Amino acid sequence: MRRFFFVARGVAWRSVHNALANPAILLPSLIFPLFFLAAFAGGLSRIGDVPNFDYKPGYTAFQYAFVFLQSAAFGGVFTGFAIARDFDSGFARRLLLTAPRRSGIIAGYALGALVRWLLTAIVITIAALIAGMDVAGNGIELVGIVGLGIGMNLVAALWACGVAMFLRTEQAGALIQMPVFIVLFLAPVYVPLKLLSGWIHSVARFNPATAALEAARGLLAGSPVKVLLAFGLLVAGTAVFSVWARRGLASAERAG
Amino acid sequence: MSSSAGAQPALAGAGGSAGAGFAGAGSGGAGSGLRLAEPSLFQQVAAIARRSVMRTFRQRALLVFPLVFPLILFAINGSALSAARKIHGFPDVSYRDFALAVPFIQGALFVAVSAGTDLARDIQSGFFDRLALTPLRGSALLAGQLGGAVVVACVQSLVYLLVGIATGVGIASGFGGALVLLALSILIAFGFAGLGALIALRLGTGEAVQGFFPLLFVTVFLSSSSLPRNLIKTDWFKEVATYNPVSYLIEGIRSLIITGWDGQALALGFGFALALSVLTLSFAGAAMKNRLVRT
Repeated sequence: MRRFFFVARGVAWRSVHNALANPAILLPSLIFPLFFLAAFAGGLSRIGDVPNFDYKPGYTAFQYAFVFLQSAAFGGVFTGFAIARDFDSGFARRLLLTAPRRSGIIAGYALGALVRWLLTAIVITIAALIAGMDVAGNGIELVGIVGLGIGMNLVAALWACGVAMFLRTEQAGALIQMPVFIVLFLAPVYVPLKLLSGWIHSVARFNPATAALEAARGLLAGSPVKVLLAFGLLVAGTAVFSVWARRGLASAERAG
Repeated sequence: MSSSAGAQPALAGAGGSAGAGFAGAGSGGAGSGLRLAEPSLFQQVAAIARRSVMRTFRQRALLVFPLVFPLILFAINGSALSAARKIHGFPDVSYRDFALAVPFIQGALFVAVSAGTDLARDIQSGFFDRLALTPLRGSALLAGQLGGAVVVACVQSLVYLLVGIATGVGIASGFGGALVLLALSILIAFGFAGLGALIALRLGTGEAVQGFFPLLFVTVFLSSSSLPRNLIKTDWFKEVATYNPVSYLIEGIRSLIITGWDGQALALGFGFALALSVLTLSFAGAAMKNRLVRT
């Protein structure tokens, strides 16, 4: 176990250090969510005037919940890019040779993704508060939102880690991010689920990201909904994608 | 690797013409001296354009992603934002009709990145340096390099239009309007491709070109892409959207779909698209000269 933590800590430190030392890596993960927040909360705020749109904290808070979870998911995706880059540069192969406990590599990348995302989460929260976001949830409910973000970040990081380790090339970038992007945008991003109609309503109803999004919005508004379901789905997702990432690692080990 | 391979048939063609000219001159008599028949500007552009088009079609991933991604966003946003129709003052059309203009612009941004990345790859691989040793003119090189981008723009504009019509979008300006829409979207893509080429020529690396993509993408978000400008509630956003030329490019295309023939929107759309093309190509031409001098 000591060797596992030793590897995980080393990989996580490197991942965070690389991101902080290289603006080209850090800035997109910070700037993208900010632009989404500006574009959605600013440009679409009139959507909050649509009849039956009854989210009390307002449209900025409504969109903040989405951007918060989206940034968490993309924090994981960006880590997938870093893993793919490590394989392209040959670093990951040397890491596989030297790590005394290889499963620690996955944990290290996931931990690095979490630390990097927490920085992004702080920035977008400050930006949303400056933009006048109204927060009705209490302290425990806000901790719940952070928990949802951590879960989302972990699931996405494990997914991205698996893909990157299976394909071992930066060209896997589109495959890493597209499914995450699509799943997130097939949730009720712009209006509550009840205001969606047609095929998007049917898809959003069964989309696991919808539960996390509705739970986050409910916690932010101080009236929790679907919290247990959301955490349950995130735990299940973590379990499934842990296996996926472990198999990706095994594939990379076999490839040598 | 692929760039060099892709170059061979095209350059062989160009070289063939030059070689024929050379042979012709040679048969005239050794005493009269050798005169190398330089291919015309058109032949030079055609040779480089052919290579650019071939290379684009050989990299299917470069075709599929730019084509599919805007369509996915169109499908999602066209349905997810349909509640926007209930906003007082929203045009009396479905949100899908309203949103169809956006994929054309997003597609143009992808064209910019792929055109710039291709050119940067040629610079990085040294292919550009080798071309610079030939009598090829800089303007022909630039125009030819953008040939692939224009072909992609034609294909994707046609696909977006057909997908829109297939999903029930009506073109208010009719068949003639659809043709004008295609012309405008190709001109916009050409302008953005010029921007991609300019970035590549100035910075010389594919990473730098791709690093500009988020910035370009943001210009679409900070425009009237999701709502008409008069319905944007947040003042600073409305201000930014008003000063953002992308708003007028979108509104030019959108007018043909939802309004019919709107002279002002079309004049602004074509005006900004033309200005973008002229500006980016002028600066790219100057950057090309600098790069050829350095070579």
